[in-house]
Amino acid sequence: MPRVEIRFAGFGGQGIGLLGRLMGEAIALYMEEKNAIMTQSYGPESRGGASSSDVVIDEGEIAYPKATHYDYLVVMSEEAYHKYIPNLKEGGTLFVEENLVILDDHAKKAGKILKIPATKIAEEIGSSLYANIAMLGFFCANTDIVSEDALKKVIREKVKARFVKNNLIAFEKGKNYKG
Amino acid sequence: MSKTIQKEEDRTVLTGEYFTTGNLAAAEGALAAGCKFFGGYPITPSSEIAEHMSYRLPQVGGHFLQFEDEIASIVSILGASWGGWKSMTATSGPGYSLMLENIGLGIMTETPCVIINVQRGGPSTGLPTLVGQQDIQQTRWGSHGDYEVIALAPNSVQECFDLVIVAFNYAEKYRLPVTLLMDETLGHMSEKLIIPKKDDIKIINRKKPKDDPSSHLPYKADEDLVPPMATAGEGYRVITTGLTHDERGYPVLDAETQEKLLRRLINKIKKNKDDIILLEEYKLKDAELIIISFGISARASKGAIELARKKGIKVGLLRLITIWPFADEHIEKLAEKVDNILVVEINSGQVTREVQRAVKGKANVHGVLKHGGTIHTPEEILSEIERRVK
Repeated sequence: MPRVEIRFAGFGGQGIGLLGRLMGEAIALYMEEKNAIMTQSYGPESRGGASSSDVVIDEGEIAYPKATHYDYLVVMSEEAYHKYIPNLKEGGTLFVEENLVILDDHAKKAGKILKIPATKIAEEIGSSLYANIAMLGFFCANTDIVSEDALKKVIREKVKARFVKNNLIAFEKGKNYKG
Repeated sequence: MSKTIQKEEDRTVLTGEYFTTGNLAAAEGALAAGCKFFGGYPITPSSEIAEHMSYRLPQVGGHFLQFEDEIASIVSILGASWGGWKSMTATSGPGYSLMLENIGLGIMTETPCVIINVQRGGPSTGLPTLVGQQDIQQTRWGSHGDYEVIALAPNSVQECFDLVIVAFNYAEKYRLPVTLLMDETLGHMSEKLIIPKKDDIKIINRKKPKDDPSSHLPYKADEDLVPPMATAGEGYRVITTGLTHDERGYPVLDAETQEKLLRRLINKIKKNKDDIILLEEYKLKDAELIIISFGISARASKGAIELARKKGIKVGLLRLITIWPFADEHIEKLAEKVDNILVVEINSGQVTREVQRAVKGKANVHGVLKHGGTIHTPEEILSEIERRVK
């Protein structure tokens, strides 16, 4: 597997940083022979406004830690879509929160577009807070990057105990969602 | 009592695999090195180190104190060291500026301690949340007077852990404040950290005097130019002064004493350069062009080397893990092999000028420079490589 770059993006409060952290940790600690680095927007720009986190994955040593040309772009807000779609690779995969993002012609560069109403799914479980994890389940089911077991393990370890159950439900619903 | 200590000891080295940030790795490295005191004033992008130490130090029988500013913080860790504790502070550029005067005091009083500078863009308050590598020369020359320092620059989360331990070992062995030059990107990025077993971590502790306390001379050095260090309460006289002093530790304000003292303080580092200088050589054997870099910029450089080699351009990297003392001799030898050396750094040429000095005209030295806020992309460095090999 060559180097893979993922960008998760949305607005502050959607748990975009957590998405990157869970993905990075699942790969770095539980996927054999894969390394991962997670970086995230930090500072005033990550408070309330746009928020993003990057995961770079490779089999060997990862030299450059940041994502610049995304193989996968996961957008959970309209602003994030417009800001980052120029850096999606030609033929890359675009994951979209379909009720929060209206696509335009720029999306044509994507080789694959996968849409999910992640927030609505989360609200059915009880809170829009689980939307990020529904997206994570959806991402997991539609890519070969990370195993379901690894992600569930880090959700159990990293998410606050009282939220684990509903996050795992959100993960399952995302995973099983067929557009 | 002994039971409590045993329980506390168990938490010092949290052996295992983690996915964590450079800042947290550095804090855990300090604890693994035996750090028992942190005095600090939180500042972005280093704050997580202070936060983590405030939570972890009480678990290992250590002490955390937050002070009113960085001046008090640096003085507190000097005092803690003389009290027998391994001590540390963490800051960023503006805080480091405030600490400089008393880093000089640490050098003059030969006080082992570690200062982590998680660099951000400057000058002044500059870019609190964004990367810089602009404090390289400040670390070397920022305090007044004439002296040698030791500074190390990690380039991965793992190295943040490993090199804090090396920093403590150097501080204890050579008796001086040692600076770890991190940066915002490294401090905040997450990757895998392996914390080894306690027994597999090499720890150096300061030499203790063994002579008769009644005739003990606290600044009489051994052959390695480092005096054994007694701490308060061990029966030996403990005396410190920022004034020029003799072997008794008494101020003697004349040229002869100054000459003798400074010669020793400088030579204890200079004559041990081979022990202190750590370097990584990457694909240098067949290199037609050499990049010299350090810290996070060395990783961007490696990315550029991958791209260049795909295009058939043979580029190698010398990574300075030890920034100070500077690897003059090593760089001069490398300069004999190539026409051009690129220096990649996030400042206006602070290491570039050192490389220019070290090569003694044997190669052309070009800085690949930017002023902070973001790290180089491999493509940016590649375009400089292509410009120089044509």
